[in-house]
Amino acid sequence: MALRSYLTMAGAVLALAVPLALGAAGPARALDVQRVVSEQGIEAWLVEDHANPIISMNLAFRGGAALDPEGKAGVANLASALLDQGAGDLDSQEFQEALAQNAIKMSFSARQDSFGASMQTLRENRDLAAELFALALTEPRFDEGAVERRKSQILAGIAQRAERPQTIASQAFARLLFPDHPYGRPTEGTRETVPEITAEDLRDFVGTRFSRDNLVIGVSGAIEPEELKPLLDQAFGALPEAPARSVDVADAQPQAAGETVVIERNVPQSWVVFGQEGVRRDDPDYYAVSVVNHILGGGSFASRLYKHVREDRGLVYSVYTYLDPREHTALFSGGFGTSNAQVGEAMTVVRDEWRRLAEEGPSEEEVEDAKSYLIGSFALQLSSTGNIASVLRAIQFHDLGIDHLERRSELIESVSHEDAKRLAAELLNADSLRIVAVGQAEGLEPTRPAPEEGI
Amino acid sequence: MRRPISFAALFGVLGLAFTLAATMPGQRAQAQMFEPETFTLDNGLKVVVVTNHRAPVVTQMLWYKAGSADDPQGLSGMAHIAEHMMFKGTERFPDDTFSRTVSRLGGRENAFTARDYTGYFQSVASEHLEVVMEMEADRMKNTTFTQEQFDNELLVVLEERFQRVDNNPSAQLNEVANATLHKHHPYGTPIIGWESEIRAATPDDVRAFHEEWYAPDNAVLIVAGDITAEEVRPLAEEHYGGIEPSGIGERQRLQEPPHIAPRRVEMESPRVQQPSLSIQYLAPSYRTAEDHEAYALQVLNEILGGGQTSRFYRALVIDQGIAAAAGSWYSAHSWDETSFGFYGSPRPGVEVEDIEAALRAEIRKLLDEGVSEAEVEDAQQRLRANSVYARDDVSTAARVIGRAVSSGQSVADVEAWPERVARITAEDVDAVARQVLREPASVTAVLKSEPTS
Repeated sequence: MALRSYLTMAGAVLALAVPLALGAAGPARALDVQRVVSEQGIEAWLVEDHANPIISMNLAFRGGAALDPEGKAGVANLASALLDQGAGDLDSQEFQEALAQNAIKMSFSARQDSFGASMQTLRENRDLAAELFALALTEPRFDEGAVERRKSQILAGIAQRAERPQTIASQAFARLLFPDHPYGRPTEGTRETVPEITAEDLRDFVGTRFSRDNLVIGVSGAIEPEELKPLLDQAFGALPEAPARSVDVADAQPQAAGETVVIERNVPQSWVVFGQEGVRRDDPDYYAVSVVNHILGGGSFASRLYKHVREDRGLVYSVYTYLDPREHTALFSGGFGTSNAQVGEAMTVVRDEWRRLAEEGPSEEEVEDAKSYLIGSFALQLSSTGNIASVLRAIQFHDLGIDHLERRSELIESVSHEDAKRLAAELLNADSLRIVAVGQAEGLEPTRPAPEEGI
Repeated sequence: MRRPISFAALFGVLGLAFTLAATMPGQRAQAQMFEPETFTLDNGLKVVVVTNHRAPVVTQMLWYKAGSADDPQGLSGMAHIAEHMMFKGTERFPDDTFSRTVSRLGGRENAFTARDYTGYFQSVASEHLEVVMEMEADRMKNTTFTQEQFDNELLVVLEERFQRVDNNPSAQLNEVANATLHKHHPYGTPIIGWESEIRAATPDDVRAFHEEWYAPDNAVLIVAGDITAEEVRPLAEEHYGGIEPSGIGERQRLQEPPHIAPRRVEMESPRVQQPSLSIQYLAPSYRTAEDHEAYALQVLNEILGGGQTSRFYRALVIDQGIAAAAGSWYSAHSWDETSFGFYGSPRPGVEVEDIEAALRAEIRKLLDEGVSEAEVEDAQQRLRANSVYARDDVSTAARVIGRAVSSGQSVADVEAWPERVARITAEDVDAVARQVLREPASVTAVLKSEPTS
């Protein structure tokens, strides 16, 4: 099994890395995105693709786990695990059999700011798929047996992930930055909160959160607009117009600037996460900061951290940074794993690179390379109808406009060397990095005691 | 792999083996999978092209038929270290020129090492195919690196081992279980290698490995995406065609002797918070099966472990309510004998021993009562439908074909998959279950938490 994971990892990479849409350099060949509005006024964005008899749908409701009631963290996540476990007249096994026998795939997921769903069906089964989707969203049963089963599975998953230094570090990091905000809680809840959730909480979740006006839908595959319209009404027509309760969450300022926490675990390699404030998705400087991130530690073998921490010194296998823009805050974060004795050294290299990029700025060549990567690699995300539907959902969720796929290249192209330099200087602040290390980390001075057990 | 994207969850792994193959239900009399075109260069390089014009992008994958099971004795991890060292440049394209070029073109790249093969790939806009092809062909024979680069990369590989294995109790136990299942055969050695042997590797070991295995007549080139075979052929001729073949023969490996006693490994660790258990058996692969056994095992695996309506999930997770997870796994893609296995993990408050007893009871029931025609038909229908979804992403074709050809199958075998699965009967499934699921050929692995004092 361990061995197979190597293949799977390859699978994970490949899944990201394939064809469809937009050219790399040269003029962008945009996807043909159609706005489809049903008779009842439900809107979806569609990219037709008739190569295979498959239809993929991806949607999100605004508002996610950050809205879970106090003491009940994990409601949205538990709901996501239960919508396909019995709905309408079908109990859990009947619902699953209907999906399996008709090769319909359906999944639900809770994130901090949204509740997502995706569905994939063969064209010939699309009516049934829409019907089952509607049942799951509007008439989930939350039978006692199913609720208990799903809770126990989530608790087992929490226990399993609590063995991993990566999970311990990222959860402690969230709590450190957001001690008084829902972003500090894990989406899946905790060992304390999950058992407290009742079927009543779940019914309240479904009854108050799902509505047509906080819903965005992306569709791709073998379906024409006129065929999609009735499906939208069938799947979502029974949802209320507006959510029964506000989905507002307070904005959050990341806390604990410059603080370091070390959590002791008996493992040979420490896992370290670090981060500072970032920029929101709607910030005019978002693309310039994306360029800075790519140069510092973003997704290629050409980043500065990759070169200095991994290639030149052999300190890590993984080191990376990423932008983490949320609805109510924004982070610029990263991580690495290194043998316990090297933690201090590796963190010093990260800090030095962080500072050097802020002070000296990127070179012109680095900026041009980063831009051409960010423009060209986008097409590789759109590798399947499922991925395209997901991109269509994301563009709507962030209000980027239906012409975003055409404008995206220009927005990145317009980032100048000066912009990138300015943003690196303004944003990057090595002294403000919050650091959490999990392991027997040497050479890192904690500024705060480790949190108590129960992560 | 050169860089992790994420850790694969154990149970996620198992599904993957199946997402290959087939065509849509009732579409054509002669069902086909991916409709690839194939040709072979004079130097023996096999080329497979899968055309898909949806977008102006192509993926080049070069697969070498050399994996960790071809590591020299005492040099475990060599195939994987050799993979890492392929990114250090050549005289024409020194240092990280290749990676920088791919990145600048807006492309993505990576590499992976498995038991039977090592693969390299780039995805780029189709007009840039020639650029990456020239560089990939160049490094087949011309990779160079300094002692310092090698020393640093060995440290990277050790960190990779700590991250994947030593930091993770269940990965550690899997390594032990695997070494117990394949006691003599090299599949018992971890792909990434034992720590002491990684530390002992030298630049000359890597050069010898490249020299022995990296040759056009031991490789398969797959190009998938917005391109045709007519367009690929001249490019492949130009860039790969001039490389001398090595005259390499079919690989010879040690074979596992018959197992005559069941084996059991247990690990207790305070780091474990969620116990789990697996029972696995040596099983034929596509290549080692005498006839259709591998296809029958795929149907069996779908019946027993294919999702929430499968037998094991239904029995342990739903009806008895004792397990958080339960299922089976099998991958037919293997040069030598592979494994068929079962896994389970208890709900909080349930002992892992109870899960073991329940798994064994289900296995016994299967052997006593067999499977029904209806179960076989359901499983075949689900496998067929999955294969339609497999066609949605053109990278899947490249991956499935590359894996098949590198582990002893032909492109024609891949294309015939739907037909062969459709021919499996309940009798076939029962026969293969009794052949494979023999107690003396089993390895049971138990992961337990050890209460901290």
